[in-house]
Amino acid sequence: MQNHDQSRQLQEQLQRCFSHKSAVVVRGGGSKDFYGRQQSADLEPFDVSAHRGIVNYEPTELIITARAGTPINEISRVLAEAGQCLPFDPPELGGVATVGGTLACGFSGPSRPYAGSARDYILGAHVLNGKGEYLRVGGEVMKNVAGYDVSRLMVGAIGTLGVILQASLKVLPSAEKETTLIFHFERDSALDFMNDLAGRPLPVNASCFYGDLVFVRLSGTEAGIDSAYRSLGGERLPSTDKIWSSLREFEHPFFQSDLPLWRISLPALAKPELPGEVFIDWGGAQWWLHSDADADEIRIATERCGGHATLFRGGDRTSEVFHPLPPAMQAMQERIRASFDPERILNPGRLTSER
Amino acid sequence: MPSNNFGFSDLRNISCFVSWVSFRHNRRAGMWLMGTRPAQFKKLTIIMSTSTQTNDKRNRLILKLKGFLPTTCILLQDQELVPYECDGLSAYRQRPMLVVLPENVDQVVQVLQVCSETGVPVVARGAGTGLSGGALPLEDGVLLVLAKFNQILELDPMRRIARVQPGVRNLAISEAADPHALYYAPDPSSQIACSIGGNVAENSGGVHCLKYGLTVHNVLQLKIVTIDGELLTIGSEGLDSPGYDLLAVLNGSEGMLGVVVEVTVKLLPKPEHTSLVLAAFDDIEAAGAAVGGVISAGIIPAGLEMMDNFAIRATEDFAQCGYPVDSAAILLCEVDGTEADVSAQISKIESVMTLHGATEVRVAQDEAERLLFWKGRKMAFPAMGRISPDYYCIDGTIPRSQLPMVLRKMNQWSKQFDLRVANVFHAGDGNLHPLILFDANKPGELERTEDFAAKILDLCVEVGGTITGEHGVGIEKINQMCSQFNREEISQFHALKHAFDPAGLLNPGKAIPTLQRCAEYGAMHVHNGKLPFPELERF
Ligand SMILES: Cc1cc2nc3c(=O)[nH]c(=O)nc-3n(C[C@H](O)[C@H](O)[C@H](O)COP(=O)(O)OP(=O)(O)OC[C@H]3O[C@@H](n4cnc5c(N)ncnc54)[C@H](O)[C@@H]3O)c2cc1C
Repeated sequence: MQNHDQSRQLQEQLQRCFSHKSAVVVRGGGSKDFYGRQQSADLEPFDVSAHRGIVNYEPTELIITARAGTPINEISRVLAEAGQCLPFDPPELGGVATVGGTLACGFSGPSRPYAGSARDYILGAHVLNGKGEYLRVGGEVMKNVAGYDVSRLMVGAIGTLGVILQASLKVLPSAEKETTLIFHFERDSALDFMNDLAGRPLPVNASCFYGDLVFVRLSGTEAGIDSAYRSLGGERLPSTDKIWSSLREFEHPFFQSDLPLWRISLPALAKPELPGEVFIDWGGAQWWLHSDADADEIRIATERCGGHATLFRGGDRTSEVFHPLPPAMQAMQERIRASFDPERILNPGRLTSER
Repeated sequence: MPSNNFGFSDLRNISCFVSWVSFRHNRRAGMWLMGTRPAQFKKLTIIMSTSTQTNDKRNRLILKLKGFLPTTCILLQDQELVPYECDGLSAYRQRPMLVVLPENVDQVVQVLQVCSETGVPVVARGAGTGLSGGALPLEDGVLLVLAKFNQILELDPMRRIARVQPGVRNLAISEAADPHALYYAPDPSSQIACSIGGNVAENSGGVHCLKYGLTVHNVLQLKIVTIDGELLTIGSEGLDSPGYDLLAVLNGSEGMLGVVVEVTVKLLPKPEHTSLVLAAFDDIEAAGAAVGGVISAGIIPAGLEMMDNFAIRATEDFAQCGYPVDSAAILLCEVDGTEADVSAQISKIESVMTLHGATEVRVAQDEAERLLFWKGRKMAFPAMGRISPDYYCIDGTIPRSQLPMVLRKMNQWSKQFDLRVANVFHAGDGNLHPLILFDANKPGELERTEDFAAKILDLCVEVGGTITGEHGVGIEKINQMCSQFNREEISQFHALKHAFDPAGLLNPGKAIPTLQRCAEYGAMHVHNGKLPFPELERF
């Protein structure tokens, strides 16, 4: 495993950029270059990928600390050796996805509704703000309420509040066993079924709907899974089936379409009519939609159900790709950004267009 | 040096001296009161402002408030203000300029607008059970009490959410969800009294947070009012929202960023089955190792608590719950899930405990016995109150591997300071609550307690932990913040606050110390061999 500490060089580079007011594009492995708005081509690259390696991992502490450039699959491998895992199940994207990029984009896999998301598992981070200051926020312990929770705020900010240099994540023991069950349903009753499962004390760890099938992943002790299977019925899928990894890695045939890919985030039991083919994950809370319909049409349909829509991949990336915020909230978010990055040098234009 | 106003020059000397905390509801005051035996503290002298200028300001403010608040919602008389002088950190007392008890969101908006226009600081208050002085009033400020916001607005068993007003008590949510076999997971020991708004402000935890998370993991949406009266919705009923994750900063923000006026929480299905193991050890380090052993065995207990011998004996005397009084430490390890899951895990836990040298392993045979085993743990604080006139509850977190060393140091210091210390804590997540027993009436004992406590917190930071796991910084640990964070970090926190509250009118002086204060405190972390805050004068 490669182990390089580049924090000094990175901090110096960013301090220089701050004093020259020259903006940067923060990049880890580049697996998520497709995500967010298209940025101006003449920005200076800020490459975090060489800053890598596991800094601290003590399995009984349930915490791993790694530099931002460390690939997610490397982390997962090391955790697996100790019988542990990243419970939020992030995509590895061909082994290119890094800790920093995963957190900055806030990507979580199919287990998210049951096990929690990337933001739920961050405990602390070392971050460079837009002035090139090195900040240690949060901590390397399970519980910490000293200071505002700035490390959690970094998750999903796509690098516009700070460059994550190192993060401490809570990890958990891997389940003794996993099994996937399949059930036949129409869409609406599939949504009701998945919602009903989430309300029962069962060891469900993922559920999705595609075509006319509901897939339910159970995870826990062997005895617990067997008893859940007895009460639920359904067919057991062979353990070699790749449904969950193909969903997490965007490799499922559904994702092969050339149409723009939308990610629709919805509250429980929402059943919007969306213009295109959908794959429903997260027990109904996350819908993937292939559609070249007008962005407004998709956003209005989503908003009506209390959700929000992201143009996840493809389509027009020069206009807004994230769901627009109400003006007062947008103004608040801009003030927050200014508090971290007064010169707007971190990933300008990636999250929203610069006004 | 006695201090007589809010520029506390010797803040370290004022801490949390709670003795025998119990809750009772006072109908007249409409609030939960904590029965704390007043001890002789180094009290802050309360000076009610008498200058004409201040009086004029106060009168103008009252006039404006009366424009939209019924007079019963404004408390002005000394005797009405007294119950609000302090929160759970009763050693700090300050009478506010006035108390307002608004009844609806519109009124909160207007109160904040008026305060913002007139430059009057505001402190929000929920149930006042906070242990770090976060809800301590300001002499020249308004105390905004959310006690009247006590309605559960919506509870939907299908969507598994509850939308509640901020003054709703934590336990009331689980009680309302109970008929649907649902519950709200975070369960601070103060849950019969503390408010959900206060829980959000402190990001409170409970016995079950290793498995089910803190408040931040269980809140979906907030409505807050900013100091200039803007109503913002933060988060959503879905699993995420566009833009920055402001739920992350609002949880644990100690009333510094906005006033929470509505909270939507997620409800979880009640586990089918719950079981508890009590294991006794004749060596506290072995008990610590057993905690690691449980986790290495791939088990995440719903709760994992440790008590040392002193705590065991005190609680057994008080609660008669059958604890083995001769053991050096006991572990209480609870697991929940399906019946099959639980019995598989219980037998694993039994063998891990035995393997780590447990002298006795008992599995609660029924619900009554399970509750009995918990009773001791839950009565630990009042039990301490019985054997000592006063005690000081400390709240720090350490990496679990440091537990034996930290416990050894504490026992060593206990002898050195000649003060008894009992340990009752959340072993699963390394959150310590050492209780230092003292008698405030004995000269010098208070000062020794304070020094002892400061040493423990500094040690927590030194071993890679933190000065507060769940009680918050408030006013109590404001100086220790300077040990944990450097000037850039503290400045960043201030900048973030500024984005919400540019004039610094919400709960000023709490949670984040000024750089000046850190320079005065002097005991800061030295990062990279550089003296922090070099440009600031030292006193
Ligand atoms: C016996 C005892 C046991 C305890 N056990 C635990 C425990 O196990 N775990 C734990 O985490 N804590 C525990 N606590 C601490 C305390 O109960 C929690 O911090 C609780 O969340 C405080 O809630 P409250 O409503 O009493 O808030 P208050 O004390 O009224 O206020 C606390 C802070 O929140 C702010 N605030 C309150 N309401 C709002 C609002 N609506 N909007 C914005 N800001 C607001 C206040 O300004 C203040 O800064 C315990 C306390 C006691 C006395």
